[in-house]
Amino acid sequence: MAEPLFTPEEQKKFDAGIAEILSHYPPDRKSAGMLPALRLLQDIKGWLPPEGLRLVARHLEVTPERAMEVASFYVMYHLKKPGKYVIDVCTNLSCSLWGAEKMLAYLEEKLGLKAGEANEKFTLRETECLASCGTAPCLQINEDHHESLTKAKLDAILAKLS
Amino acid sequence: MASTAKAIEPIISAAWGKPQSWTLDSYRQRGGYEALKKALEMQPAAIIDEVKKSNLRGRGGAGFPTGLKWSFVPKDSPKPKYLAVNGDESEPGTFKDRYILSDDPHMMLEGIAIASYALGVHTCYVYLRGEFKFQAQRAQAAIDEAYKAGIFGKKLMGKDYELNVYLVRGAGAYICGEETALLESLEGKKGWPRLKPPFPAVVGLFGCPTVVNNVETLASVPAVFQKGADAYAKLGTDKSGGTRLVCLSGSVNRPGVYEVSMFTTLAELIFDDKYGRGMPAGRKVKAVIPGGSSAPVLGADELDVAMEFEALKVKQTMAGSGGVIVMDDATCMVRSLWRVARFYAEESCGQCTPCREGTPWQTRLLRKIEEGRGEPGDIDMLSNVASSIAPYPPIGLGNTICALGDAAALPTHSFLMRFRDEFEAHIREKRCPFGDKPWGSFGDWS
Repeated sequence: MAEPLFTPEEQKKFDAGIAEILSHYPPDRKSAGMLPALRLLQDIKGWLPPEGLRLVARHLEVTPERAMEVASFYVMYHLKKPGKYVIDVCTNLSCSLWGAEKMLAYLEEKLGLKAGEANEKFTLRETECLASCGTAPCLQINEDHHESLTKAKLDAILAKLS
Repeated sequence: MASTAKAIEPIISAAWGKPQSWTLDSYRQRGGYEALKKALEMQPAAIIDEVKKSNLRGRGGAGFPTGLKWSFVPKDSPKPKYLAVNGDESEPGTFKDRYILSDDPHMMLEGIAIASYALGVHTCYVYLRGEFKFQAQRAQAAIDEAYKAGIFGKKLMGKDYELNVYLVRGAGAYICGEETALLESLEGKKGWPRLKPPFPAVVGLFGCPTVVNNVETLASVPAVFQKGADAYAKLGTDKSGGTRLVCLSGSVNRPGVYEVSMFTTLAELIFDDKYGRGMPAGRKVKAVIPGGSSAPVLGADELDVAMEFEALKVKQTMAGSGGVIVMDDATCMVRSLWRVARFYAEESCGQCTPCREGTPWQTRLLRKIEEGRGEPGDIDMLSNVASSIAPYPPIGLGNTICALGDAAALPTHSFLMRFRDEFEAHIREKRCPFGDKPWGSFGDWS
């Protein structure tokens, strides 16, 4: 038999989360909770496994295809299991004017990954503007924001990732 | 240059950076929620009139008069009405709403309360871009405080009027800052913009009348009632009241968010000691994008212009979201435009053919030119592709459902208009004249 999607603890968190999400919308508009529900699933599992997408779809009373359509549209959802640390580097105009392309190249060399690649520990991605242009260059690690980065500052941040 | 720009008294950013500025206590000590008290003693229609009189205009990009937008909501509709707050701040060069959310979220919440009461709204969704994790935590904590203090919930600050405010995080899609795409996303769908009309004020969220307002716009509302609409209007120009936040980034010594008057010029913002403090010695401005990456670029001789909607419109560009990006004379215009073009190709939602096909085409041509493989005819081809998405000037002729098409074509048109010789030099020399240093004074990293 396939392993269950959730541990009992995760199941509790998911059920409570779904109930809270649905309470924010009119009763005939359950499907509106799609983005928060996918985020909840990803917070619990670290990504969006197919059986999780089907489960979310059931709770929101839509087809699994609809859940997949939404999940594949937005870049923050992971349809494949990412590395333990997802690093999103902004290289948009304002950040590049403050060295972002060079910072990305440094990360690629240091992690042994090209942008868009992943290993067990890291997923490295080039991303679009993170609304932090005045404190460029910047990046996010598992959605935690780091800004005004120098090589020394970035090295110190990476050293803390075990 | 020394400081000659006229100083203003900040309204929106006054408390940023001060200890605990994001808490209800701090906001109340500064007179917070007194404007809501005043508004709750007025008739809803009078509140809308007051906002009209204040000349407050939307701070998200389009600069639409806020009071007028509010007045489009039908009074006699039996359907519920909604307020959707646009906190999807994603226009490259724009980073102001993030500080309202992290450093003074109650100012926005008070604006939400006043707007909701005026519009007959009982449910408000605050939509923040997914990457705003920290900002979402601060905003949610403020919402929780407001519920606890009896400002939101079954009663609106003691008045028999239910208002619920829910925070929703997006998941990484620039297009969701477009108001109808935002509504689609709030309905749990991919962010595909809707055809207008009908406008959201009539058919919006769940098919109901909906007002979509930017974070800064709503954060500006309390000041209208504290100061009075006339006093607020007088801070600005005839058609644009109050103060505004501008975001300065790129090749300047002191990037950051500055609250300025509607009379402050681009040159003052870039060079004045109070603001950007110019660039390193020996360097000059080459190009300035005045309102987020979608706004047509200006040249160095066009900076004596106020950062205000009407003034920038005269220059065939826009005040947009207040994102001012400076490029100095050590910056490659082809490389810069290529990066901007990549952004729109990445963020095109794929719904309309001119944008879906045209944005990657622009990107391919620009890459080819930047990498020294450009051929005679490529520049005309590029111009042609951009025109097929959206001709220019004027702004707003796009062949697509939403303005992302215009946003993607305007940089191309305006860079080619002002810097065509640089594109030609790339093709003639079969290389980038800036070599491996295309990014200006601050483009190195160590």
